[in-house]
Amino acid sequence: SSVVLIEDCVETSGAFVIHHILKRALSPPSSSAVVLVSLSHPFSHYDRILRKLGCNLTAHRDNQRFFFFDMLMVDFAGQGDGNHSKGVLIELYAKIQKLVEDISSSCGSSKRITIILDDFSLIEVAANGSLNHSLDFLRYCYTLTSEFGCSLVILHHEDIYSAAESAALILQMEYLASVLIKAEPLATGLAADVHGQ
Amino acid sequence: VMEDPEAPHHMLLLRNFMAQGLVHNQPLLYASPAKEPKGFLGTLPNPISPKDEKPRDHATQQDKGLRIAWQYKKYFGENQEGHDSRDAKHEYCNDFDLRKPLERQFLGGKNIDCISTINLTLDTLRERCFSFLVQNARNNSAMSCAGRIAIQSFCAPQCAYFDKDWGMLAFIKSLKGMVRASNAVAIITVPHTLLSPSFSKRWQHLADTLLSVKAIPDEDKELAKLLTGYQEMVGLLSIHKVARINTQVPLVLEASTFSIKLHKRRSLVLECLNQAPIDGSTGASYGTSGSCSASTKQGVLDF
Repeated sequence: SSVVLIEDCVETSGAFVIHHILKRALSPPSSSAVVLVSLSHPFSHYDRILRKLGCNLTAHRDNQRFFFFDMLMVDFAGQGDGNHSKGVLIELYAKIQKLVEDISSSCGSSKRITIILDDFSLIEVAANGSLNHSLDFLRYCYTLTSEFGCSLVILHHEDIYSAAESAALILQMEYLASVLIKAEPLATGLAADVHGQ
Repeated sequence: VMEDPEAPHHMLLLRNFMAQGLVHNQPLLYASPAKEPKGFLGTLPNPISPKDEKPRDHATQQDKGLRIAWQYKKYFGENQEGHDSRDAKHEYCNDFDLRKPLERQFLGGKNIDCISTINLTLDTLRERCFSFLVQNARNNSAMSCAGRIAIQSFCAPQCAYFDKDWGMLAFIKSLKGMVRASNAVAIITVPHTLLSPSFSKRWQHLADTLLSVKAIPDEDKELAKLLTGYQEMVGLLSIHKVARINTQVPLVLEASTFSIKLHKRRSLVLECLNQAPIDGSTGASYGTSGSCSASTKQGVLDF
C-alpha cells in the first residue's frame, strides 16, 4: 500500500516507468489487479507498448485483471463552472472506489490492487484549475491505500509550476509519496543512446 | 508550434501544411483570429511545376532506366504515352513555389472549412472540429481520408476565450483525443510569450510533437561568419519533442535545430544545423559546408 510518485518534464518523459510498473504488476509472481486511469492515451497505445514488453493487456482486461478507464475522450468542458468540474472528478473517484470495492469483496483482502494515474496535470485540467478539487481527488485516492491496501502510482509533471503557492499540489503529492522517482534530461545534454536520468 | 513574436515564420509552416493538404485533396479545417480567415487561402503556395525544375530531356533520360516499371505504369490508365507532365496528378507533393499562389482548382473543394476564432467559444470550436473529423471519417478514399486541422495563433488576444487558461487546455486535450481516434493531424501555432511560463509548460506537455521557430536578425555579421548561406536564412526551426505514439522509446534526433531558408526566394528549405565545431580557416560551419564533419549525416531537407 505504497504511493509512488513519478515526476517528469517536457524534455524527458517519465511514462516508461508506468509501463515498467504495469508489466511488473501483471507478470508472475505478482497476482495483483491493475486499474489504469488514463487521461493521456487511448488503450491501444499501452496495449502496443506492453505487447513489445511481453505483456498482453487485452488478455488481462478480458480476464478481469486489468481495468482501463479511458479519460482521454471524456470532455472536460468545465469553463468556469465550478460544480461541473467537481462533478467530473467526483464521478471518476466514485467509479474507481466502486471497482476497488468490487475486486476486494470478490477476491478477498489478499488481492493486491495497483491504481495507476496518467497523468495528474490533466486531473487539474478536469478540475478547471481548482487547487481544492485537485487536492480532494488526490486525498480521496490516497484513502484507498489505507482502506483497501491499494498501491497508488501517479505520473505528474514537475516543471508546470513557477510560483511557490501553485506548487502546493505537487508538494502534497511528494509528502504523501513513499517513493519518488524523477525523470530528467542528462545534465551534460543530449546523447544518442542515453535518453535521460 | 511556438511562435516567435518578432517574425511570422510559423506562417511558412502553416502555408506549407495547408497547401500540401489541398493539393492531395485532403479535407482541411483552418481557424485563425482574423475576420476573414478564408483570405489566407489566397496566400498558399502552388506546387512547383516539374517544368520549372528540370528540362524535358532530363526526365526522359531518367525514364529510360525504368523500362519495365514504366510498362506497368501504362496499365494504370493515368500515365498515357507522351502526355503533358503538367496534367499528371501531383502525388505526394513536397515542393511549393512561394512566389505563385495556389491554383484555383485546389481551392474549389467542398472539404475546406475556415473559421474565425475572434468571437468563437471554445465549445463551438470543439464542435466544429468534431463534426469535421466525423464527416471526414465517412470518406473512404485512401489518400484523402487524412484530415488536416490548422489552428493559427490559438491563444491570440483577439480571441474571445483568451482569458480562459484552463478552458484552452481542456480544448487541446479534447482535440488530442479526437485526432488520436481519427486519421487526422492538427497543427496549432501558439504565441507562447503571451502565456505565463507555467501554462506555457502545460501546453508543451500536451503537444505530441513540439516545434518552435525563431527569427534570425538581418545583417548580423557574427552569425554571417558562423553560418554558410546566412543571406538566405530567415529563421531557425527547433524540434523539442517528437510524437511517440504506441512506443515508449524516445527519439533523439541527430540535429534538432534547422535553418529555415528561402531558396531563390521561391522554395522553403530546412537545413540541419549541426553542433559541429567551426572550421577556423574558412569560417564555415562543418555541418553546412560538407567538409569533415563530426556528424555522419548532413543534408538538405525539403520541407
